[in-house]
Amino acid sequence: MSPLVFLILLLILTSIFCYLSPASARRTAFMGSALQLILFLSLLLIYLFRVEDGAEVFYGWKWELLPELGVVMGLGMDGFSAIMLLLATLVTFAAVWATPAPERSVGFYYGNLFLIAAGVVGAFASTDLLFFYLFHELALIPTFLMIGIWGTGDKHRVAWKVTIYLALASFVLLIGILGLYINLPEISRTFGMRELVDLANSGVLQTPDWVFVMLFLGFGALVSLFPFHTWAPGAYACAPSSVAMLHAGVLKKFGLYGLLRVVLPIFPHEMQEYGHVLLILILGNIFFVGYATMAQRRLDWMLGYSSVMHMGYIFLGIASAMVPFAGGGGSYYLNPLSLGGAGILMFAHGISIAILFALSGQLRRRTATLEFSELGGMGKTMPAFGLLMGMGTFASIGLPGFANFSGELLVFFGAFGSGGAQFLNFYQIATAIAVWGVVVSAIYGLRAYRWTCFGETPERWVGSNELVDLRGREKFAIWILVVFSLLVGFWPQGFLKLLIPALLAQ
Amino acid sequence: MMIAAIPWILLLSPLVGCVLILFFGRASKLLSSGIGIFCAGLSLLCAWFLWLKGGVVEVPSFPWVDYTSFGKQFRISIGFLLDDLSLPMLVVVTTVAFLVFIYSVGYMAQEEGYWRYFAGLCLFLFSMLGIVVAENFVMMFLFWELVGVSSYILIGHYFRRDSAADAAKQAFTVNRVGDFGFLLGILLIWLYSGTFSFNDLKGKAQVITDAAPWLLTTGLVLVFLGTVGKSAQFPLHVWLPNSMEGPTPVSSLLHAATMVAAGVYMLARIFPALSLSPIALEVVSWVGGITCFLAALMGTQQNDIKRILAYSTISQLGYMVIGISVATASTVAVFHLFTHAFFKCLLFLCAGSVIVGMHHEQDIWKMGSLKNKMPLTFIMMGIGTFALAGVPPFSGYFSKDLILEWAWIKGTPVFWFGAITIALTTFYIFRLFFVVFLGPPRSDEAKHAQESPRVMLLPMLILSILSLTVGWPFIGHFFIQPVHPEHVPLFLRFILIGFLAVGALVAYLLYAKGPLKDPIQVAVFENRFYIDNFYDWLVKEIQGRFAGICAFVDRWVVDGFVKIASGCVWLFGFCLRMLQVGNIQAYAFYFGAGILLIFFLLLSK
Repeated sequence: MSPLVFLILLLILTSIFCYLSPASARRTAFMGSALQLILFLSLLLIYLFRVEDGAEVFYGWKWELLPELGVVMGLGMDGFSAIMLLLATLVTFAAVWATPAPERSVGFYYGNLFLIAAGVVGAFASTDLLFFYLFHELALIPTFLMIGIWGTGDKHRVAWKVTIYLALASFVLLIGILGLYINLPEISRTFGMRELVDLANSGVLQTPDWVFVMLFLGFGALVSLFPFHTWAPGAYACAPSSVAMLHAGVLKKFGLYGLLRVVLPIFPHEMQEYGHVLLILILGNIFFVGYATMAQRRLDWMLGYSSVMHMGYIFLGIASAMVPFAGGGGSYYLNPLSLGGAGILMFAHGISIAILFALSGQLRRRTATLEFSELGGMGKTMPAFGLLMGMGTFASIGLPGFANFSGELLVFFGAFGSGGAQFLNFYQIATAIAVWGVVVSAIYGLRAYRWTCFGETPERWVGSNELVDLRGREKFAIWILVVFSLLVGFWPQGFLKLLIPALLAQ
Repeated sequence: MMIAAIPWILLLSPLVGCVLILFFGRASKLLSSGIGIFCAGLSLLCAWFLWLKGGVVEVPSFPWVDYTSFGKQFRISIGFLLDDLSLPMLVVVTTVAFLVFIYSVGYMAQEEGYWRYFAGLCLFLFSMLGIVVAENFVMMFLFWELVGVSSYILIGHYFRRDSAADAAKQAFTVNRVGDFGFLLGILLIWLYSGTFSFNDLKGKAQVITDAAPWLLTTGLVLVFLGTVGKSAQFPLHVWLPNSMEGPTPVSSLLHAATMVAAGVYMLARIFPALSLSPIALEVVSWVGGITCFLAALMGTQQNDIKRILAYSTISQLGYMVIGISVATASTVAVFHLFTHAFFKCLLFLCAGSVIVGMHHEQDIWKMGSLKNKMPLTFIMMGIGTFALAGVPPFSGYFSKDLILEWAWIKGTPVFWFGAITIALTTFYIFRLFFVVFLGPPRSDEAKHAQESPRVMLLPMLILSILSLTVGWPFIGHFFIQPVHPEHVPLFLRFILIGFLAVGALVAYLLYAKGPLKDPIQVAVFENRFYIDNFYDWLVKEIQGRFAGICAFVDRWVVDGFVKIASGCVWLFGFCLRMLQVGNIQAYAFYFGAGILLIFFLLLSK
């Protein structure tokens, strides 16, 4: 039995306990989230001691469900999934420890939250496409519920919209996955990710274009690829902060993970062929959505939009990951800079957006509003909040020292070089516009920070006792996220050693 | 082995200081300043040791990113390039920083956020030292952004004041615009030369130039945009005067002596490549000339003591940039960088002393007659003024005139910008000096001003000695040996002295008698050629409108399609609902019609 099974079971059990005994649900949730983080960190340490490079799959485990059909539940962890699992467990921990308790139905709330966590961890621990997909669905359904029940603002409409949008995207994705499956000869039918890649490389798996399109659109819409992104900002603005943290931080990375793990290695030619289309869509994410972010006048909407924008950088890494050999001949190689950058950015964005959503949730609980015009001076009234908000903002706008910078820099290097030596080729122009995006995000990020934390505190908060600073446990949980972001920022090499071999191995 | 650790101690000690202050500094003021001064002092000792020891030090570098694929290595290392350029620069930076740390103890004694201030200063020192020792472009860019954020934190020290909060935001954003070019330049040079190490740059730059000269030029001009942002060159100079919202020691250390000079330092680093591209040099030269001239013009009509000095800094940075572009070696500009670091730091510290004495009044037209109230500040400010104006034998004379001699030799029209600016510089700095220290006291604060405490005067004293002497050949050459041009005509020296005399004379005639308000008023200069207003308009009307349109389109057009699509589905469902009439005959009719349709379709094939 793989310890990953225990991790997933721990999350599911916590969830069940929360459902069953609402009175102690909050305590159970604190315990469960701390335990799962400790458990995973010890697994990670063992992994780091035992494994030479990130390509190796560790803690492997298989449950032959329907072997004759190739339906096998496979779990395992290599360098890439290790980093995504680290992200998942960290954010799960913070989503419980750094957010305020719900006002009603505590047990149901935490039960759902841990179900999302179990789904996320299960998805990133899967080595098998079908269960990867199913775990994602497991996480998605409680997400819809939680937005609808504990959300704020126009929550019902938004919950419906997200449900329909993402369910459709998942459906498209499922068709794509089945498309892969039915195009295999019957004897070698499998859902195993690495097996599929091997079969594609050896020419056994021959797929028509529509499978690629389905997979790509399915995964893309789940990650808010322009123009399929309009579900995201509203959903994050209305969702309770723990859900926004888990979804924007971790669950959304599912689509990127699938693109990197499955679509990219199985469809190198298509990725190259549609690369230009993808680059234009990415510029939609970075440039167009970037400016739309700048026009937002509420913190939660701004964070939601910014999260859509930052997906563009990761897409840029993915779009430039397949580089044709200079000699031509239709062969490709994987660009380690783009891949490593995209991987690090996935982690980095997850951490930074989780910090910001946690803080915005705390702020909303105190002020009941996130309109910039009604905020200000929080750096004085709540110093710890101000400091952490500054950390989160600077992490998210890509300050060196934080993980986001290392990821963005590597993606820029990877993308700039992947178009060949011709001056002003398409990749170079796209990279240049993406680099301009860094200026755009600095503008809106610092604006938001200035409007919430700087300036005078508005009249209505002066002398009120509502603006109490973060508590010890909330600070602790957010600082842990900050520390991990700094760790990657100061020493990206340590993470690249895990990431790049894992991504190149397939 | 021991020696190899010293550069690392030099670099990391302020970072450790910053973290310590962040966690423990809130306990007491003494602890914050103690940790800060200790860490700055440690860096200072390391810097002097390395410099006096001389010779090559092999320092192991840290692999920040290191990946080899297909035999090509991609390595970004955090390492040290300790040579004739970086070693004296380290000495200058740590010396000035150490003095400002000590001065801050006095200046900030009554201020809030003491620990925050010292943590910010430590972070700044760490990032600045990183720029100085950087061995490659990416490492420099990394620390380049970090000085940006420490500058942001320190400008925004009084963050509850709207002007300070806006100034901090503006400084960071404008620098990011410059960094946009810088990063693109790095990418371009990296792609076509395969390296970003400064050591390899010269050889590789030659390779690019031989292949396509305009490629190198494009890359260098883009990189130069980084300098334009960081060193506040026209047209990105607007943030520097606004950065004066920060505490005065910060203005002195970051926004006068060291951080803003980082842009010039970077140009000196890439000088071997820059000298291969005449077009890039021409661009650099004109930007420097225009900046130097325009900023001096703006400086003549400012009334805030710190803002006058800020425009003066921009103008002097313009001289340095000209120096890079006209001389055959980067040492000429770096020489001015060093002398300027000392005398401008001194000027700001004196201004800080005046501001404290005046209970935080910064308008020079509220001051006056301070020479009796603050005699020591008066003398030291005088030294700084003479050094800035370039009166022989003060340090500014040697370094600034050297740049202009080179400009003359090169025969570029930019020389005349620089020469006229001498008159303007002398004019505005003597205007400030006369109005503040001579004449009648123009307010109650001026009547009751007091000399500052010793902890502030001591750093000022050391800086005044340096400002006086560092230009003298036998002392200055101890730091750096600037290349002197051959055959400088004697009349050139007279021309330059002449400009100086004119500026001083006009200032004397207008301001020495102590007028109560400015006898000349030029709105265009006072309003900084309306450049700031133009940017405000650009940000508000153009950028804001564009952002608004994007948000609108996203909300109503992109999402509108989604709504239309979902509307169609709903409509389809609605039509289907209409068919469900709940009547058995109707269903029988649909059934029959369906069968007929199928038959029709099958038979018509």
